[in-house]
Amino acid sequence: MSLKKKISMTVNGNLVNAEVEPRRHLVDFLREDLHLKGPHLGCEQGACGACTVKVDGQIIRGCLYLAVQADGCVVETVEGLTKSGVLADLQESFMRHNAMQCGFCSSGMLLAAAELIEKQPKANREEVREWISGNYCRCTGYHSIVDAIVDVLDARAKGQKIKPVSAHA
Amino acid sequence: MNKPTDLKGLVLDPVTNDQRYIGNSEPRHGARRLLEGQGTYIDDIQLPRMGHVVFWRSPVAHMKINKIHTEQASKMPGVLAVVDGVQMAKVCKPWVATLGHLAGMKSAPQHALAVDRACWQGEPVVAVVAETRAQAEDALQLVDVEWEELPAVISMESALDPKTPLIHPELGDNLCFTRSLDVGNVDEAFASADVVAEATFGFGRHTGVTLEPRCQIADYNPGERRLTVYHSQQAPHMMQDLYCRQFGLSESDVHVICKDVGGSFGIKVHAYPDDFATVGLAMMLERPVKFVADRLESFTSDIHAREHRIKGRIAANKAGDILAFEIDDLTGIGPYSMFPRTSAIEGNQVVNLVGGPYKHQNYRAHLNVVFQNKTPTCQYRGVGHPIACAVTEGLVDLAAQKLQMDPLEFRKRNVIPDDAYPCSGISGIKLEVLSHEQCLRTIEKMMDYPALRKEQAELRKKGIYRGIGFATLIELTNPSPAFYGVGGARIASQDGASVRLDPSGVVSVLVGVGEQGQGTEGIYAQIAADAVGVSINQVRIVTGDTDVTPYGGGTWASRGAGVGGEAVLLACQALQENILKLAGAILNRPVSELRVYCSYVLDKATGEQLLPFSEIGRIGYFRTDTLPAGFSADLMVTRHYTQKDYPFIFTNGVQASYVEVDPDTGFVKLLKHWAVEDCGRVINPMLVNEQVRGAIVQGIGGALFEECLYDDSGLLRNGSMADYLVPMAYEMPDIEVAHVETPTQSSKLGAKGAGEAGTAGAPGAVQNAINDALAPFNAAVFEQPITSEKILRAIKKI
Repeated sequence: MSLKKKISMTVNGNLVNAEVEPRRHLVDFLREDLHLKGPHLGCEQGACGACTVKVDGQIIRGCLYLAVQADGCVVETVEGLTKSGVLADLQESFMRHNAMQCGFCSSGMLLAAAELIEKQPKANREEVREWISGNYCRCTGYHSIVDAIVDVLDARAKGQKIKPVSAHA
Repeated sequence: MNKPTDLKGLVLDPVTNDQRYIGNSEPRHGARRLLEGQGTYIDDIQLPRMGHVVFWRSPVAHMKINKIHTEQASKMPGVLAVVDGVQMAKVCKPWVATLGHLAGMKSAPQHALAVDRACWQGEPVVAVVAETRAQAEDALQLVDVEWEELPAVISMESALDPKTPLIHPELGDNLCFTRSLDVGNVDEAFASADVVAEATFGFGRHTGVTLEPRCQIADYNPGERRLTVYHSQQAPHMMQDLYCRQFGLSESDVHVICKDVGGSFGIKVHAYPDDFATVGLAMMLERPVKFVADRLESFTSDIHAREHRIKGRIAANKAGDILAFEIDDLTGIGPYSMFPRTSAIEGNQVVNLVGGPYKHQNYRAHLNVVFQNKTPTCQYRGVGHPIACAVTEGLVDLAAQKLQMDPLEFRKRNVIPDDAYPCSGISGIKLEVLSHEQCLRTIEKMMDYPALRKEQAELRKKGIYRGIGFATLIELTNPSPAFYGVGGARIASQDGASVRLDPSGVVSVLVGVGEQGQGTEGIYAQIAADAVGVSINQVRIVTGDTDVTPYGGGTWASRGAGVGGEAVLLACQALQENILKLAGAILNRPVSELRVYCSYVLDKATGEQLLPFSEIGRIGYFRTDTLPAGFSADLMVTRHYTQKDYPFIFTNGVQASYVEVDPDTGFVKLLKHWAVEDCGRVINPMLVNEQVRGAIVQGIGGALFEECLYDDSGLLRNGSMADYLVPMAYEMPDIEVAHVETPTQSSKLGAKGAGEAGTAGAPGAVQNAINDALAPFNAAVFEQPITSEKILRAIKKI
């Protein structure tokens, strides 16, 4: 199992060169080798969506994707997308609605929601529910997550930004 | 942010002098960090020299361990140790999980790693520790256990038959606990009743499916002889105590740290064999060891809950009065009672709670808790409440149907009136103050009940079958020592808070109760800001560390707001007093002339700002030479709170579900769900709404989807998230929440718990709604989860 392969990719804007076992999945690589904390592992079966990251602009299940497959790709996680401001409106709206409790699903949920906003900007409440049905949330009951996403869709439709909520530590 | 209905009724008098935050939907403390991917869950922690443990677990329900071969596995790359039960038993004592106040309860000694026998599929038998998880998993393939299968007890129905093998022969039978209750004159009530209805209710086993699996890192430092455990846990002090006792350490030798916890729901309030095994390995190896359950391990080793079969009946008279309830509850709990809370509590709660909202005076209950060779069951969100509620409310609807009374009217007539408190429930439970009548009035209005019934009737003519179901409920929260302490379990019912004015004027609050996503830290920040008199962004909350927080019970039985919150309030009010005393000494003025507002000491009469908190901090810490002789600034205070007035403080509420059933497919579509919740003083309506909604969806999961399925030999058939269905966003309805506030007089804050009522009420409401929709077919289903197949069978389509 020690056979390793050289890979190179851009992760959150930084070029990364590494040697990995071909069996190492992308999220293990991001978490354990690069020490990123945003993508989480809930099931490692592709069912829960907590490991969602972006590869070349598209969201994927990081636990069903091998690190070697991302060789030469642009990989983005919630950390990078936070820094670049891509998720800012969603994050404010999630704060406002308490659209998270334990937070373990949140990075995957935010990435799924961001893709919805990009691809289906006129989605209604039911379509939002359908879109995020690939992501488990065990805490919220989903209602607040749907509220938070719908608010961002509404604001975008009106060309508005979501007002920041006062943030406590 | 909240619909107007969410905020109705929030009219209580303030609890602090200058209340700015308590009662408001403040954004949650710490939430931004989680939304930016900066949470620190156990698997985010990597320590130097850390090993990773994986377990060889029993592949069958019951087996004899003949011989364990570890030589090949030990030689694999990176392997640090391969340890079996006999070796583990030299460092970790076995335990027996019983409680003294559950008379006659028994269980067998259980080990961290199985010795001689394994009693359920998934019981840990051999531990493999390696430098990486992948290496440990590679080596695990080479662990060779010689074993032979033993006869297994799978069905709880036959567990007590004389022909059934005994799981623990030394116990004499497969009965863990039994309880009988007979109050009033039940036989006479049934004999004289105009209406008797009965049903047999079934509840499938389900489990919590926390998105972050159970996990921990144990780190033993031989130089200090000190054990540090990073744990995804709800009760850090309880685990500290257990590690002390099982490994022969003292409290000061054990440090338990709980950082971010990725979902708990009661799953992470128990002590598991692999918890102890991981600690034992860290002590043997004198290096850190990490355990993270994978999802299959979670399904086979996280506690399960709620496997019950209950025969129930209800008696009522023509006038519409409930006369009596009678139940017979059989529940299976796996091969051992779970440590340290015990697996008998769930059934015991069912006996306590059935019929609880109603004023009837005759009740008989019988409970048998039996052992079986399946994953151990124990307390999971709502503990017994969803079962008791679904049985009670199912019977109530049956009686109303027979009397041809509207189910809401029938409930209004029979609930214990709002002016009848304090009183005792028929099972002996003490009810301080509840608001059933007000809640029923509120939900009727909220859902526009008459219009909904009209819509239902019109659609039924068109062949569309919709149903409305109610569930009235009571929930026990704010537990006193009556829950565990009196039974000998060292689980604190009191909790504490230490609050400190830092030199800069920031308030640091250290609390025994921790955060698993409920927003506990958020409400503590709100309480602290109001009670000390600072802005909320001047408050820092620290939880989840046994070295620094006051000793407490942690998160269970919805005690975070009611018990932990009261401790925070008391400590913060005491700190404000000390701040005023110090200000009086600095200004040489009587304290009676001073007050606090927004981080300033003011002249009470004029409102003039006299001293900022930063100046109080500066003098209190750095210039004590300027203070009068003998004056102590005391800018850190600790207060504890324990609820002693009642065994528990009961809350109440009511839920309603609106569903559509397709008689051709048996498919249930949830259209809408309403909840009215009375958790006493609401500290943050938004957070309560989200507790209620999340809990309702977990309740709906049990009612419609979730079940741990076993085959006849005791093997779990659905140990993956693809096979075990939990609710997803698309199937779930919008959930409207309203609050009624009836504060408890047992505390200054008046807060009761809010975490579990949603789970308690939803299964009953959904079940009743489905059966209401099926009424034209003269059919009903009382077997949860209510699947399409069960519906089609009930209406004889298959």
